Amino acid sequence: MEKIQGKVFKFNDNIDTDQIYPGRYLDKSDHQEIAQHVMEGADPSFKENYQPGDIIVAGKNFGCGSSREHAVITLNAAGVGAVIAESFARIFYRNAVNMAYPVLICPGIVEQVTAGEEIEVDLVEAKITLSSGEVLQAEKLSDYVLNIFQHGGVIQMFQAKSGQEAGQK
Amino acid sequence: MHALYKILASHAGVDSVTPGEIVTANVDFAEVNDLYLQVLKSYEAMGGGKVWNPEKITFIFDHFNPAPSIKAAENHRQMREFCFAQKIPHLVDINEGVCHQVMPERGWVRPGMILVATDSHTVTHGAFGAFGTGVGSTDMASIMQTGKLWFRVPEVIKINVDGILTKGVMAKDVILKIIGELKQDAAVYKAIEFTGSLIENLSVAERMTICNMTVEMGAKTSYIQPNEEVLKYVRERYGDDFTVYQTDPDFAYAAEYHFDVNNLVPQAAAPHSVDNVIPVSEDHLGVQINQVLIGTCTGGRFEDIEVAAKILKGQHIPVHTRLIILPASKEVLSRCLEKGYISDLMAAGATIAAPGCGPCLGVHQGLLADGERCATTSSRNFPGRMGSTKAEIYVVSPATAAASALEGKLADPRKYL
Repeated sequence: MEKIQGKVFKFNDNIDTDQIYPGRYLDKSDHQEIAQHVMEGADPSFKENYQPGDIIVAGKNFGCGSSREHAVITLNAAGVGAVIAESFARIFYRNAVNMAYPVLICPGIVEQVTAGEEIEVDLVEAKITLSSGEVLQAEKLSDYVLNIFQHGGVIQMFQAKSGQEAGQK
Repeated sequence: MHALYKILASHAGVDSVTPGEIVTANVDFAEVNDLYLQVLKSYEAMGGGKVWNPEKITFIFDHFNPAPSIKAAENHRQMREFCFAQKIPHLVDINEGVCHQVMPERGWVRPGMILVATDSHTVTHGAFGAFGTGVGSTDMASIMQTGKLWFRVPEVIKINVDGILTKGVMAKDVILKIIGELKQDAAVYKAIEFTGSLIENLSVAERMTICNMTVEMGAKTSYIQPNEEVLKYVRERYGDDFTVYQTDPDFAYAAEYHFDVNNLVPQAAAPHSVDNVIPVSEDHLGVQINQVLIGTCTGGRFEDIEVAAKILKGQHIPVHTRLIILPASKEVLSRCLEKGYISDLMAAGATIAAPGCGPCLGVHQGLLADGERCATTSSRNFPGRMGSTKAEIYVVSPATAAASALEGKLADPRKYL
């Protein structure tokens, strides 16, 4: 998996899924349409200011609230490079893993990076390189989760499995 | 082992499980709500074909009922066609209510089962001694393909609640108090069990309200050991074929907390966070309220509407306030109609909305404008949750909501009961 490089956008603790993707847009299912409302509830100007690849750094409990996969779809389809948070709400984290969307848990990160700073993320090693050259060690992904990432997501795992079965016939 | 671990182990075909371990378990029942057409897209991308077991899947149209937009109508259309093509018998269309109320009413929720739904409030079903948890679209599509899902075995937190509630203080006030003390990330990736003298004596509806809001602390699932009232509720709707698991006496909890609720007063989660909990007393009374919502999977059961009708019967709400009653299900609405509560509430100035959950998540049936304030019996007050990000939401009990509707401002219900 390639390393992810981008500029940091910082957010507080408890950024809920209504702030990542407001409920009034939940009837949409086209990913490019969903991308139009990325982080709109938390910061309506985010969409205008970020560049694809930029990285969200957030406090505790990122993605709390609803089970909506739209919250991951919007970040992914909008090209936000990764989310690194002090902790994640469970369903958001699971949805991200299932879509192989880069998420890392790194306690204390909010204090250690500045908004606008360029950082580099190595997902496999769970290492974050700051602009100063300092390297932060985030929590390593479990083998189970890493396997999903290496397939490109759960849907791709199903596709690979059915491809193998077809090949065996 | 904890009862929840015994449920996971029995469904994973192993003798025991330990916290942190990842197991693949059979799912007993799966629910898809009408927000997530993505479930069908992911299902097709995985290869489509026949679902694992059409009898064990339900589609419930509760967030967008009746359809408030052409896109929502399109979601419904495609989901209906999927159910017909797959011969899924449990299509619960726009006329029934919120999934977490409808499923137990129909006997689809029983002790000892694993229930997974595309809704975070699936933790509600711990009230029945079941392992209930919410997932997103991709997980749901995986279940529909295989009948299985991977679970990380959660640590279990025990919350003891002792005491007797005074008149006008409800189960909702108890869970708000707990969230206010422990904070909204207290149980991320963990399970919460409730015990204690108060919990043992709670009704089915009250247990559901308490378990429902554990997700606001990040919980993966919740649990209350079923009592005779819960078992009676399940037997009447389903029969006897279920297993009640018990926690071993030597089980070590990840943490334990104790709450004494003898002197608890009505509570409110003030804007804009569910753990920003304040007592509804002197300092906070009198905040003007534009809209009151009594309903949803958190606060729209028969007992909730009953207390509102008692407070509002023969009275009328002020002109600057509106009151929306959103029964959790058709069964709830029918019972309230029989008792005359709906006519009492309409006479008091209430609007009755279709059983469902639209306004709770700011989709339809009562959104908020800039600068408006709402008192709601639902569960969330994030910025923009019910419409404008410039609106303010107070999460309260049904009694506090009714008293606040009556006065047009945040009000203590105890003087009306």
